[in-house]
This record gives sequence, C-alpha cells and structure tokens, in this order.
Amino acid sequence: MTTDISELKNVASQVRRDIVRMVHGCQSGHPGGSLGCTDYLVALYFSAMKHDPKFSMDGIGEDLFFLSNGHISPVFYSVLAHAGYFDKAELATFRKIGSRLQGHPTTHEHLPGVRIASGSLGQGLSVAIGAAQAKKLNKDSSLVFTLHGDGELQEGQIWEAAMYAPHNKVDNLIAAIDVNGQQIDGSTKNVLSLGDLHAKWVAFGWDVLEAKGNDMESLLAVLAEAKSRTGQGKPIVILLHTDMGYGVDFMMGTHKWHGTAPNDAQLAQALGQLEETLGDY
Amino acid sequence: MERGWGEVMKKYTYTDKKDTRSGFGAGLLEAGKRNDQVVALCADLIGSLKMQDFIAAFPERFFQTGIAEANMMGMAAGLTIGGKIPFTGTFANFSTGRVYDQIRQSIAYSNKNVKICASHAGLTLGEDGATHQILEDLGLMKMLPGMTVINPCDYNQTKAATIAIAEYEGPVYLRFGRPVVPIFTDPDQKFEIGKAWMVNEGADVSIFATGHLVWEAIQAGEKLAEEGIDAEIINIHTIKPLDAEAILASVRKTGCVVTAEEHNRLGGLGDSVAQVLATKLPTPQEYVAVDDSFGESGTPEQLMTKYGLDAAHIVAAAKRAIARKTK
Repeated sequence: MTTDISELKNVASQVRRDIVRMVHGCQSGHPGGSLGCTDYLVALYFSAMKHDPKFSMDGIGEDLFFLSNGHISPVFYSVLAHAGYFDKAELATFRKIGSRLQGHPTTHEHLPGVRIASGSLGQGLSVAIGAAQAKKLNKDSSLVFTLHGDGELQEGQIWEAAMYAPHNKVDNLIAAIDVNGQQIDGSTKNVLSLGDLHAKWVAFGWDVLEAKGNDMESLLAVLAEAKSRTGQGKPIVILLHTDMGYGVDFMMGTHKWHGTAPNDAQLAQALGQLEETLGDY
Repeated sequence: MERGWGEVMKKYTYTDKKDTRSGFGAGLLEAGKRNDQVVALCADLIGSLKMQDFIAAFPERFFQTGIAEANMMGMAAGLTIGGKIPFTGTFANFSTGRVYDQIRQSIAYSNKNVKICASHAGLTLGEDGATHQILEDLGLMKMLPGMTVINPCDYNQTKAATIAIAEYEGPVYLRFGRPVVPIFTDPDQKFEIGKAWMVNEGADVSIFATGHLVWEAIQAGEKLAEEGIDAEIINIHTIKPLDAEAILASVRKTGCVVTAEEHNRLGGLGDSVAQVLATKLPTPQEYVAVDDSFGESGTPEQLMTKYGLDAAHIVAAAKRAIARKTK
C-alpha cells in the first residue's frame, strides 16, 4: 500500500509491457481495454484496497475486487502477479493450453485472486452486490470494488443490479465504469448510445464520482473520496474517463485494438514506448 | 385363488395431500434454523414459493430482488463468497431458461454453493399456460458440469431434500411444483442425494419415475398387479448424479424399462436412463413424458391426461415394454 505516485507509475508501466507481451505471446486477447484500465487496477491493488495475496475465497476482513468486463484479463493477471498472488513467470502461459490464466478469468483453475468467472458481460455488479451483502451479514466493514466496461452497460442485468443496490442501501460498494467510448463494432455513440451516464446513475440513486482514468493523481483522489463516502446509505460509482489503448500511441483511442494482437514489429514499437521498470516476466 | 395386487405390490396410502412447494418452504425454515449461513432470495414470488416462514424467522437473511431474476442469480453467487448458502426462489421457468447464462458462468462454472429452487415446474402449473410451464428445465440444468439436479415426489421428500442440499457443498437445482398431491413418503426420511428409492420390488418391468409421476407410477403398479404384472418401481429423485447402479440392478432383474417424468421426452430422466442402458445394458425402454411439445391452459389433471402423463399411460407403456422383451 503506497501513495507514492512515481512508484505506482512504475508498476503501471511494467503492467502495460506485460499486457502487450502476453497478448503477443498467444496472438489473441484484448489489449485496448487492458491498457486503458491499467492505472485504475494499479491504484486499487497497490494503494486503495486492503487485501491479502495469500488469498482466501471468502475474503473475510479484506476488500474484494470483481472484474466484470472479464475480457481485459491481461491487466487483471499482471496486476495480481505483481501484487504477489502468483509468480509473474506464469503470465507467459496466458491463453495457452493447460494454463490457469484462461482467456477470461475463472475460479475453475483455482488461480489465486479470482473469485468469480467473468467474460459473459453484465454479471459482475450483481455478484459484487451479493458479496457486499454477505459482508454486512458478517459484520465485516471492508469494501467491495468492481470494474465494468461502458459497452457492458448495454446489458440489461446491469440495470437490474443498479436498481437493487440503492433501494437496499448497499453502501459498502464502489463500482467503476471504464468510459472509453469504444466497443468491438465501433464507438458506443454509433453502436448504441449510452446517453448521459452521470445522469443515469444519479437517477438510479447512486453517488456518482468522475475521474481522469489514466491520471494516477486523479485516481488516488477519487478513490479516497469514494471510500470516504461509503457507509452513508448509497452505493458509489466512479466514471473513469480513459483512453482505450493508453500508453501505446498507435493503439490509443480506437476500437480497432479492442481484441487484436500486435505482430512482432508492433510489439517492438509498443515496448519502445513502455519503460521496463520491474523486469519482464 | 387369484393373486391380488397386495401380494406383489407394496401398499401405499395417504391421509393428507399438500403441494411440494410447501415442502420446500418447511424445509427452508428448518435449514435456516440448523445453519445461520443459510440465506434466501426471491424475485417477487414469496407466496408462491412458500418462503413466508423463513422470512418471518430470519428477516435479515432474506433478499427481495424484485422482478429481476438475472440479478438474483448473480447476487446468490456473490453471497457464497462471504460463506453464505443462498437459496433462490422463483418459478422453474424463470429459474432456468431465463437466467441460463447467469447460472452457467456465475454459479456452475464458478462452482458456487447456490441452491436454485424452482417451483411451478411442468404442466401441473396449470391454467397460466405454456409461457410458464417449463418442460425443458431438467435438461438445461443437467447439462451444466457440476450441477446436481433433484426432482422430489411429495411434500415430505421435498422438505427432506431442501434440508439435505443445505448440507451439501456445490450448486444444486431443486425442482418442485404447484398442485396439491398425496403425501406418501416417510415424514422422517433421510434424503440421500443421488441414491434412488426402491418404492416397490418387482420382476416384470422397471418403472423409473421422478417428481409428480411417482404417485402415478404407484397407481399404475396397482393396476398392473391386478393383471398379474409385477412392476418394480423406483423413485429417481436425483436426476444428476444418476444412480446408475440401482438402474442396472433393476434392469438385470426385469429386462425392460418405463421412465416417467413431467418433462419433455428430450433431455429429461428418460434420456439419462437411456444413456446408461445404451452403454451398459441395452434394454427395451418406453418413455412417459411430453412428446416434444409446449403445454397449454387447463387444470393439472386435464393436462396430465391430455399429454399422457398419468397412471393409465404408464400401464400402457409397461405393457409395450414387456412385449418388446426378447424371450
């Protein structure tokens, strides 16, 4: 747990290197959203969350994180490895036969740090609400965090969950939305407009915060603010304004790198833009 | 002296009738008393699922989700992460087909200790009609790796099964129904998941029945006995894991089979039994099941007769099965 910005940025740079190398290594996976959400996951696991890499499924007494947009598994796996959940050498097995690092996160292979399978979109908010309700029953004052894609908000189950949490005062929950404006088939504006997201979440009864999702100072500030607002009767959602593909110039701001792997030349070009800070796996 | 049915057919009687969903309600209350980790969720059907007594006893352990079954399934998966044992309650239709992907990913693949409790299964839901009469749920649930699938036959067995699944670690689908039916099993029974119950030993034909069809099978056994046919009747309350040993042991004696279920003949108990027999002991088999169709509005009795799910149809199927035996 640190609030040292340069230390966190160093972790983020290494995680981004891991992401492009993992996706290149198996020639599949989702680099765009992974790069865009790197800063948020680093801020959570290295600063905001109280968690134990020795990992127990129940997570009693710990803050929990649920990745609902499971396709950005590369960033999740890299952050978990650097946080000490498993050896970072295992990142090399991503999406390969017999690996615990499946294409989308799963509990099925018993990878430490993963508490639910995700990938089929729209389910993680409900799971997080259930886990948050269990914490209340257990008199456990720790928190539950989630991350969702903005395109994922097109799934109806999200809005079932969005209605449930405020009605039932699930105020130990901090959700975050990766607002990058992109999905597989193009921009969210063109595919299916999300409208005024801030107003939508307010209308559903949530306490809504916004942050620059690729700015570590902004993320630490919004997470501190979000945590200070828990326990006040409302669930909290943070709208993270990110760039898909952040950190690699030719991947940024376009849906084209949502689910495409770089070739050898593109890998070299990407790694040239990302400093090796903690050693490659 | 003619052989009376009483000599070959164990006598089953009943003094009371109740709905199996009330057995679930009673079992849920008891499970809640025995283990404070048991919690319940319902999607706006508390009365239909008979969950009032649990809610009155443990209000803080109950979650009303509103008409939002997908969210309910996800929440149930999440509650297990804090060590809870969640029981979800809604109609069988909304417990399975409507939320198949939520069950598949967040519960089955994630191996969460969720008990999916489904009322109003099958044709006996009655007048509401085919929109609500799911006949595919056993198939949907048994295809999920790791899912246990249970379809008890009366109030007492449903209550015992509800208590038993709370003590079992892993995802379970528990299916029960709306109509009032005879109570003929032991009120103090110990429910063993995956262990078939020998209702009546016989030599001429094996009748494997589940759910509401068990009582019909008993009625059929009495009629067959009057005609000198000695039917073995086995209650397969657990569709998965299937008690293959009990099935094979019975078939080795009788040489022919009738399966009886309130389900589409595709994907239900009959197909599970057929798979065991085809691979281990090929045997003539007749299905008593809905013939790949949707249901319709009507009283439960009218529907069970019209769609061929009553004692008379089991008797006819038994005779067809016996006729197919190779001498």
